[in-house]
Amino acid sequence: MNSYISLTYGDLLLASIFLAMNAVFSILLRLRLERQLIISALRMVTQLFLVGLVLKTIFTLSSLWLTLLAAAVMVAFAGREIWARQDRRLSGLWGIGLGGTSMLLAGTIVTVFALTTQIQPTPWWSPQFALPLFGMILGNTMTGVSLGLDTLHTALYRERAAIEARLLLGSTRWEAVSAAHQRAVRSGFTPIINSMAATGVVSLPGMMTGQILSGVDPQEAVKYQILITLLIGGATGLGVLAATFASVWRLTDSRERLRLDRLAAPQK
Amino acid sequence: MSALRLKRLATQLIGPISFDVAAGECLALMGASGAGKSLLLRAIVDLDPSTGDVIVGGRARRDMPASEWRKLVALVPAESGWWADRVSDHFPAKFAATELLAQLGLAGCLEWDVARLSTGERQRLALARALCRRPEVLLLDEPTASLDDHATALVEDLIRECCRDGMALLLVTHDRRQAERMTKRLLRISDGKIAQPAESSQ
Repeated sequence: MNSYISLTYGDLLLASIFLAMNAVFSILLRLRLERQLIISALRMVTQLFLVGLVLKTIFTLSSLWLTLLAAAVMVAFAGREIWARQDRRLSGLWGIGLGGTSMLLAGTIVTVFALTTQIQPTPWWSPQFALPLFGMILGNTMTGVSLGLDTLHTALYRERAAIEARLLLGSTRWEAVSAAHQRAVRSGFTPIINSMAATGVVSLPGMMTGQILSGVDPQEAVKYQILITLLIGGATGLGVLAATFASVWRLTDSRERLRLDRLAAPQK
Repeated sequence: MSALRLKRLATQLIGPISFDVAAGECLALMGASGAGKSLLLRAIVDLDPSTGDVIVGGRARRDMPASEWRKLVALVPAESGWWADRVSDHFPAKFAATELLAQLGLAGCLEWDVARLSTGERQRLALARALCRRPEVLLLDEPTASLDDHATALVEDLIRECCRDGMALLLVTHDRRQAERMTKRLLRISDGKIAQPAESSQ
């Protein structure tokens, strides 16, 4: 535990040397990437310093309300991200509400479960444990939900003739959209399935790497990583199922109709 | 068999429209593109939300689940939709369809791939697919739009046979001569409303 090596700001500056080289190459080769490269690097640095500051304050104050507020801000950003990643989205408040709510439900259930039965810090909502855990679960659920909804909405739109053909022949709305729904669920599950299959062989997960770098016994770090990956997989699945079922329910009605009028036109 | 009755049927874009089609009658619907003919057919089968009543032989649409209603009232849209790779996957039972398909000049096509069908073949198959479920009312949206003369004649014969069996039929067509061949009564639609009372097409 005592092998943790603290970094100085000089170390960080030194680490940026290769990125700076890339910027120089970009200018020499007229790639016109230097502006974006520098801006995004500066954004990354500022955002992380700010987050460090915020987290330190939240951890020190250790207030339930402040922790909840931070979690709410994370959900809002993730919800917006789900909304932005869909080509065709539900119109009105449903567009941001449905994906966000599914992610919030799945993420909260799984995070609270893990905090109260496996990790068990005191208090159980201790921000030092709750926020990073919630963040990792939320981030992955967000990816799954946005992929699932994007696939579903595109499929319902493109295949409306086939879906309505089934409705016309007397199928219920769930039978008529089953193929599109299955594809949407699959595409929502794909990233987490792929990452579970490749974990440890192709890539060492960031969280585990971080723990090892900070001096934690690799076997302990692995246990934590397995716990987190299982939680992430569970939350992603629940979120994708909730979001796609809810969206099918919204885009059809009890008279077995396909209601694409509740889908907003793609923007651009 | 049963008659079709529309009472003040309206959606956000069309109506209110009221008329009757007797059992065994074929009624033609004509009108410019965008007049609302296809929307009217969609409203009748409850594919778009609508107000008013639609009744088939005393059974009101509002008293039936939509899936049951559509087994009673079949719509064959101008553009057909296909959800599986093989033609046969779109038919409930092969033996029921064989005779119908032969009648439409499509014997043996159940084994074909949907992707290889021509537009005209798809159109006839969509008609067969709807008919082999034995509806009491049939709504056809330009059923011969992409067919040659021979295939058109086959489809028209089948439509006449449906009428003889007592089916109530609503035929959307752009072809005035087809309307004259097939129907005794013609309705004109413009701006989503009946443009003039039923007239004789002769």
